[in-house]
Amino acid sequence: MSGSTLLKETGPREVFCGLTSIVWLHRRMPDAFFLVVGSRTCAHLIQSAAGVMIFAEPRFGTAILEERDLAGLADAHEELDRVVKNLLKRRPEIRTLFLVGSCPSEVIKIDLSRAAERLSSQFQGQVRVLNYSGSGIETTFTQGEDGALKALVPLMPKTKKEQLLLVGTLANPVEDRLKTIFKRLGIQNIDSFPPRQSTELPSIGTGTKVLLVQPYLTDTARVLKDRGAEILKAPFPLGVEGSKHWIEAAANSFNVNKELLNSTLEPLIIRARKALKPYREKLSGKKLFLLPESQLEIPLARFLNNECGMELIEVGIPYLNREMMESELDLLPPNTRIVEGQHVEKQLDRVRGEKPDLVVCGMGLANPLEAEGISTKWSIEMVFSPIHGIDQASDLAELFARPLHRKNLITPQALKTV
Amino acid sequence: MELTLWTYEGPPHIGAMRIASSMKGLHYVLHAPQGDTYADLLFTMIERRGSRPPVTYTTFQARDLGGDTAELVKGHISEAVERFKPEALLVGESCTAELIQDQPGSLAKGMGLNIPIVSLELPAYSKKENWGAAETFYQLIRGLLKETSQDTSRKPLRSWKEEGRRPRVNLLGPSLLGFRCRDDVLEIQKILGENGIDVNVIAPLGATPNDLKRLPNADANVCLYPEIAESACIWIERNFNIPFTQTVPIGVRATKDFLKELYSLLGMEISSSINENDKSKLPWYSKSVDSNYLTGKRVFIFGDGTHVIAAARIANEELGFEVVGIGTYSREMARKVRATAKDLGLEALITNDYLEVEEAIKESAPELVLGTQMERHSAKRLGIPCTVISTPMHVQDVPARYSPQMGWEGANVIFDDWVHPLMMGLEEHLIGMFKHDFEFTDDGHQSHLGHLGGKTDNSEDHEQGFNAKQIEPSESESGLIWTSEGETELAKIPFFVRGKVRRNTEKYARQAGCRQIDGETLLDAKAYFSA
Repeated sequence: MSGSTLLKETGPREVFCGLTSIVWLHRRMPDAFFLVVGSRTCAHLIQSAAGVMIFAEPRFGTAILEERDLAGLADAHEELDRVVKNLLKRRPEIRTLFLVGSCPSEVIKIDLSRAAERLSSQFQGQVRVLNYSGSGIETTFTQGEDGALKALVPLMPKTKKEQLLLVGTLANPVEDRLKTIFKRLGIQNIDSFPPRQSTELPSIGTGTKVLLVQPYLTDTARVLKDRGAEILKAPFPLGVEGSKHWIEAAANSFNVNKELLNSTLEPLIIRARKALKPYREKLSGKKLFLLPESQLEIPLARFLNNECGMELIEVGIPYLNREMMESELDLLPPNTRIVEGQHVEKQLDRVRGEKPDLVVCGMGLANPLEAEGISTKWSIEMVFSPIHGIDQASDLAELFARPLHRKNLITPQALKTV
Repeated sequence: MELTLWTYEGPPHIGAMRIASSMKGLHYVLHAPQGDTYADLLFTMIERRGSRPPVTYTTFQARDLGGDTAELVKGHISEAVERFKPEALLVGESCTAELIQDQPGSLAKGMGLNIPIVSLELPAYSKKENWGAAETFYQLIRGLLKETSQDTSRKPLRSWKEEGRRPRVNLLGPSLLGFRCRDDVLEIQKILGENGIDVNVIAPLGATPNDLKRLPNADANVCLYPEIAESACIWIERNFNIPFTQTVPIGVRATKDFLKELYSLLGMEISSSINENDKSKLPWYSKSVDSNYLTGKRVFIFGDGTHVIAAARIANEELGFEVVGIGTYSREMARKVRATAKDLGLEALITNDYLEVEEAIKESAPELVLGTQMERHSAKRLGIPCTVISTPMHVQDVPARYSPQMGWEGANVIFDDWVHPLMMGLEEHLIGMFKHDFEFTDDGHQSHLGHLGGKTDNSEDHEQGFNAKQIEPSESESGLIWTSEGETELAKIPFFVRGKVRRNTEKYARQAGCRQIDGETLLDAKAYFSA
C-alpha cells in the first residue's frame, strides 16, 4: 500500500442506503422487477432518488409493511405471497423478481431467502425469485448492486471455457466499446455481468477471468472466485491511466502480444490525452474534497489528481476494502488523506476550513454548500454517466470541470468596454 | 402489506421534518438508520434550500444494534444541542427505530437539558406525511404553551377593541414542501393589511419556538392549510379561547367568504368593499366573451384535501366548468372531500394508488385534469391537458416568480394556470383541423402534446382531407362494428373528447339494439345524450 494517511471517523452519516442501486439496476435489466419489502420510507426514498413519475409502471416497487404485519396478525409470508402473485399477474413480462430486504424487514427478521425459494418453486418456469438486502443498516448506496449480483451468481451456468467476464453495471455503449477493444486484442470470448436481460446470464467456471468494472463488488467477486473464476488485479477503468492498466491486466492474463497491445492502445491514449487537455487546464491546481458516498471516490481521486492535476484535500469513503483497492491506493500520491466512515458535521467543518474549489458530495448536501460559495458535483451522477474506459476520460473530466466553468461564467465581472 | 409503486405522501417523520425545517431555532434529532438522510434532498433539491434541514440522524447500522443504541442516541442528542444550540428540541424516530423501541424522547428528557424537549410519536406503519406534520406542529405548540395555558385565565374574545389596537391574527399551516406556501403567506398578509388586520405570528414557516409562545396574543387564528394546522387550531381554541377560520381563501369567492368569516370572528363591521369584484381579474376574465369556450369543460380534480375542495368550487362556480371526477389522497380530509363530491353529485375517490386515479381519469374522460405531478404524467399519457394544483412537490412547484394560490393574486394565477393548457388543447384541435391546409404541410409541427395530439399523421392523405383515405372499419370489445364511415366521422371529433364520444355511442347502440355504428348512429347518439 502506498503512503496514504488512513483515518477512521464515526458519527452521523449522510449516505444513501443500498436500495438506491435499484435506480440503475432496473434500467440495466428491463425484464427484472425489484420488490422492496419495507416501509413507506423505503418507497419514498426510491421515488425521490429515481424520478419515478416518468415511468407509467416502474420496474420496482415496495411491499409496504403495515401495522398488522408487525403485530403478527397477518403472516408476513402469506402477505408477501399475495402481493407477489398480484404483481406477477399484472406484469407477466417479468422474468426475474428480486425481493429486496430493507431496514425494517431485517429488524423484524422476515426471512426473504425462504420466501424467494418458496416463490421460485411456485412460479417455476415463469419467474425466478431471488433475494438480497439493500438495507441501510447493512449496506450503503452502491453495495446494493453487490448484493443483487451476488444473488444472481448461483444461477450462472457452469463452463470451463476460457473467457473474459466484465463484472459491474456499465452503460451499454461503453460496454460495447470496451468489448470492441478486447476483440482487437484477440480476446474473443467476452461476456458481461449483469447481462442486459436477466435471463441471459453468462456462464462461469475455472477458465473465467474477471475484470471488475466497479469498485464496490466485494461479495460478488468472492462468490465468483468460489465458482472457479480468477479475479484479475487492476485499478478500475476510470481515466486513461486506470483504463490502460485495467485493459493490460486482461491482456497479460490472456497472453496478448505486447506489440499488439501497444499498437492498439497507443492511438486511443494519445487521442484521449488530447481531449483531456482543455479540462486539465481548468482543473489543474484546484483543490478537491470528496465526501463518502458511491465508493468510487478513490479511483476518481486518483484520476483527478494524476491526470487532471487536482490537489486532493480529503478522500472520504464509506468503507475501505484494502484488497479491492490495492492497485488504486498504489497510484495515489503519498500522504493522501483518506477518511473511512463519516461524521458529517465534522467533515463539513473541514470542508469550510479548507475552502476547496470543488466538493464531490450527495444530493442533500450540494445546494447548502453551493449557497456557501463552494462548487459541488453530485456523486450520484457517476453511477449514471458513461464514464468508463480510455475514450470516456475527457467526458469524466468534463463532469468535474463543468461546475467550475459555470461558476466562472456567472460570476459578476466589471463590464469591459472594448 | 400493500404494493406501492409510488406514493403521494412520505412517512410521518418527513412531516416532522417539514415543521422543523420550516422553523428557525428548532432542531430535530431523528433516530433513524443509515440511508434515511435521503430526506435532506427533498428540501435542498426540490425546495432548492440553501441550508441543510436542522436534523441530526443517528444513522445506526447493524453493528450498533448489538450494542447500546440508547447511548448512541444520547450521544447524538448532546452533540446536536451543543453544536446547534436550538431554542427547543424535537426528538423522534423513523420506521426502523420505532421497531427497536429505544424511546429517544424519554432518553432526551432524562438528560437534564435546559431547553424544551418535545417527544414525537409518529406511527410509521399506519400514518403518513401530512398527519406527521400536523401532529408535530400540534405537539410542539402544546409542549411550548402547556404551562401558559394553565396559569393564564381565558381572555375575553375580541379584546382588541378594549385595548384600543388593530385586531391581530396568526397565520397557521404554511410549511416547506407545502404547495405555494411561501407566496400564499405574502398574499394573505397583504390582504389582511388592507383590511386593517395585523399579523401576530406566522407559523411554522419562518417562526422560532419563542414566536410560538406568542401565539396566544392573537385575537383569531387563520387556518391556512387544515392538513397541517387544524389540530393545532382546535387545541389553541380550546385552551386559549381563540377562534379560527374554516374557509381557505383560494378562489375569489372563497377569499370573500374567508374575509367575512374573519371579520365576524373578530367582531369587525363587514364593509361593503369586500364584495367588490375588481380585486382579482378572474371574474372579468371568466365573464369576457372568449371565455365562452370554457363553458361546461369537463374537469377531473385530484390532490390534497385543501386544494381539491377549493378547486372544485372555483371550477364549478367561478369558471363554469363541469366537475366530472374528484378525489384526494389525504385520508384525514376524506370526510370533507366526500361532502364536496356529494354537492356536485359525484362520489369521491379516496386512494393512495395513482393507477386507480389514472383509471378514474380515463373513465370520466375529462378535458382538463387538475392534479398532482403524478396526474400530470397520467394525463400526458392520456393526451389530456393538466395543471398541477397540489403537493407532492416537484421542483417545478417552487417557481422563481411570485405565484400564490390564495387571495386575489392567487385567483389570477389560477385563471392563467388552468386556462392556458385548455387553450393549448384547443390549439391541438385547430392544428388537427387545419393540418391539410398548405401552411401546415410541415410534418415537423408538434405542440406540447407531441405524439398524441399535434403531430400530423403521415398515413392520411394530405391532399383531400379526412375522406381521402378510407379508415378501416373496426370491431369493439363488446362486438359492435364500427363501419369505415363511422370511424371516419369519429376521427373528425377533437381528440380530447373522442374517447368519450366512442363510449357514449357504443352505449347508445347497445341500448338501441344496433350492431353496426355508422355516421348516422353517431349523430343519433349525440342527439340522444344531449336531449
